[in-house]
Amino acid sequence: MHSPKPNSKPNPDIDWPSELYRILKAADVKQMSYVPDAGHSQLIRLFSADADVNTNVLTTEEEGIAIAAGAWLGGQRSVLLMQSSGVGNCINMLSLSAIGRFPLLMLVTMRGEWAEFNPWQVPMSRATQPSLEAIGLKVMRAETADDLVETVESAAALAYESDQQIAVLIGQRLIGMKKW
Amino acid sequence: MTVESQLDRRAAVAALLKDRGDLLVVSGLGSPTYDLHATGDRDDNFYLWGAMGGAALIGLGLAQAQRGKRVLALTGDGEQLMGLGGIATIGVAQPRNLDIVVIDNQHFGETGMQASHTGRGVDLTAFATACGFAATATVRTLEEVQRLAGQIAEPAAGPRLFVIKVRAENPPRSLPSRDAVFIKNRFRAHLGFAAA
Repeated sequence: MHSPKPNSKPNPDIDWPSELYRILKAADVKQMSYVPDAGHSQLIRLFSADADVNTNVLTTEEEGIAIAAGAWLGGQRSVLLMQSSGVGNCINMLSLSAIGRFPLLMLVTMRGEWAEFNPWQVPMSRATQPSLEAIGLKVMRAETADDLVETVESAAALAYESDQQIAVLIGQRLIGMKKW
Repeated sequence: MTVESQLDRRAAVAALLKDRGDLLVVSGLGSPTYDLHATGDRDDNFYLWGAMGGAALIGLGLAQAQRGKRVLALTGDGEQLMGLGGIATIGVAQPRNLDIVVIDNQHFGETGMQASHTGRGVDLTAFATACGFAATATVRTLEEVQRLAGQIAEPAAGPRLFVIKVRAENPPRSLPSRDAVFIKNRFRAHLGFAAA
């Protein structure tokens, strides 16, 4: 598990969505699927404008789990973007990644945990990490932009090189620093 | 409602895949997986034993990764009904090398043969048409399936969905390996990718 260093300060100068895009491109990601979240909007724009990456908008997040498995069967790496409420939609489909040991990298923006205005986001927020771990995923978490960039780089290597199923949770404290 | 088809599902799938060439096939859990295995176990088959609702979308990811090959998601009515949203996602993605074939017995055959939505008026081809699929059809006879086999071998302008109405029965099970890692690595090796 990653956690912020005790003295680390948020660094608002880091353009973390662009950094994540750079890391994922360097990792040879060829497919990206998403259910939108405001916190992912810049990363979605960057991938959508990239003709070398196949981007799929989903009706529900579990579709992305299946697409990722198909992409890997066909020799391509992929990434799946969602917010924490979408994790609940994924649980049974994650059986596929777990039992088939398919590489999986999910980037999950957290809602319902930090200065949240919508109480309906809170229950699934609380269930996000336990339910992912219950179905067998490795959960990594970042609270600062520096830590997030390093965490996603490490998660990408674990997923694609070591056939692991990984969810990186992006703390709402970090997302909140961005202007929506 | 709909008149029940008398077509034998094993005969239909055998006719559909008789001259499949280098077609890559993903099968939905339950009977479609047994039907596919009954036509002969092959490296370019990926059998599902779970992940209900995912067959067509695994097909999408595969089709996007392998643009030069044709991909078939062979599934059942219950499996596809659980993935209705995926038809919308595939309609938006517009892969030209992905076909979905639904072996439709209008029942949940694995769980006691309860009637499904497709026997009560829900039309998956109409849904696919509304989602922008390039072609759809419903067939009920072996002759029509044989013509369909020729059609799915031809290039398409976009994704296609075909429903094969079959008799509601459970033929003797034909069971492929349930080891998904083995089936995955065998499939990837067939396409030239080394096991990790």
